[in-house]
Amino acid sequence: MRHLAEVTLHVWRTLGLVAMLTVCAVASNVAAQQAPDITEKEIERYRAMISDPFANPAYLNVDRGETLWAQARGTKNVSLQGCDLGEGAGRIDGVYAKLPRYFADTDRVMDIEQRLLWCMEMLQGVDTKDVIKRRFSGPGIVSDMEDLVAFIANKSNGMKFAVSVSHPKEQEMFAVGEAMFYRRSSIMDFSCATCHADDGKRIRLQGLPNLSKPGKNAQETMGTWPTYRVSQSQMRTMQHRLWDCYRQMRMPAPDYASDGITALTLYLTRQAEGGDILVPSIKR
Amino acid sequence: MTPLIAACKIGRNVAAAIVGATVALGSVAWAQQSSKAAPETVASVVKNTWKAPAEGWQTRVDQDDTQRLCSETRNNPSKADYEKIRVRELATIVFPADGVVLGNWKDGEAVAQTGTGGQFSDKADGPRGGNCYACHQMSPKELSYGTLGPSLIEYGKIRKYAAADAKAAYVKIFNAQSVLPCSNMPRFGFHKFLSEQQLKDVTAFLFDPESPVNKP
Repeated sequence: MRHLAEVTLHVWRTLGLVAMLTVCAVASNVAAQQAPDITEKEIERYRAMISDPFANPAYLNVDRGETLWAQARGTKNVSLQGCDLGEGAGRIDGVYAKLPRYFADTDRVMDIEQRLLWCMEMLQGVDTKDVIKRRFSGPGIVSDMEDLVAFIANKSNGMKFAVSVSHPKEQEMFAVGEAMFYRRSSIMDFSCATCHADDGKRIRLQGLPNLSKPGKNAQETMGTWPTYRVSQSQMRTMQHRLWDCYRQMRMPAPDYASDGITALTLYLTRQAEGGDILVPSIKR
Repeated sequence: MTPLIAACKIGRNVAAAIVGATVALGSVAWAQQSSKAAPETVASVVKNTWKAPAEGWQTRVDQDDTQRLCSETRNNPSKADYEKIRVRELATIVFPADGVVLGNWKDGEAVAQTGTGGQFSDKADGPRGGNCYACHQMSPKELSYGTLGPSLIEYGKIRKYAAADAKAAYVKIFNAQSVLPCSNMPRFGFHKFLSEQQLKDVTAFLFDPESPVNKP
């Protein structure tokens, strides 16, 4: 089974690479003669070509996440099925569409990673040190967190984002997220807004979604994470995407499952209000 | 003049007009924003998100006064602050000792093409560049260019390769905010992100008549 999965992955990656090179060659020829919006159309065509759920390796993460969710672990030897992700203990259908949110038992706004870690510690008695060490997958590293997030997010597939900003702590977290979105720092003076506050901009040939306002861009962006990143050969979550943004912004790595990431995620998910969730997706 | 270049030129003028209008409208837009987070709340969340940066990296989390003012006003500072930033940033400019701002355009092209350096995933002594193409069109031969900044095609040619304009370009690359406070462009010289030689080389990439930037 494992062997078959690896072979499938290998074939898939090779096909992906060939497709990418073909599109790039076509794209540069076309762009040489015509306006850049043709290039953008070709990139769209490539995206449509790779977006096939039946060939998406991220469903392996979803399966592993399902097993982990039901597995008795920790000093208390119980599964995560008693974990309340916001809609009641053990309920997972539709919870991702409403996260991050306020939890009365912790009196905090938490995102999916913070809540899962809290459940592991409080409910299962799992020492999360090792779980956090393996927070992002890589060669030889399987991430429980990525797998669980993939599984839970997938249970909101076909639903629409509907995060709440009614509790005062949710309002405060949203406002902090907004402030962080515009906060410039580090040796390149960048903020999130440097790249994501205007319509129709590109970095090199990569189109940049405008995430500073509610609507289509934010909906399509937030609604397609978690995703299988072809360029990284791994499934990635929004937690990782924001970590990667801060890397490109020349900031130090933000702490995993920290409040700043939760604040930004709440702000961005709110901008994606009403957007369809189609995860895990596949991206470049 | 090709239609593309004409369009680029019109684009530049429109962009300049928009920048002017935005600066003027800045205070109005700011007043319309919804409930703001208390600065001390934001500071505390930021502190908790980067609890223990590696040695020498804490300054990257902390803001200087210019970054703080530009963040708080979403790059639309009041007229008084705009002037304050401009004067403060202008004072940071350091020219090459011999006064020569033009280096080697070929090396400058490499600096413009290189997007690595300074990331926590980069080696400290690895290649470091200005990543100019991420935001600007430069040589017409390079099709993979971003659009966050204006096109720089024929930058030197349009300015008739005037020495004063080359010096002004060096200043802009060294510290863009000394020319346009709260500009999105990194302050490459101020932060010592690029070396003096790299700054000179990029200036040459824009101003050398042999540079592909000036050969449409």
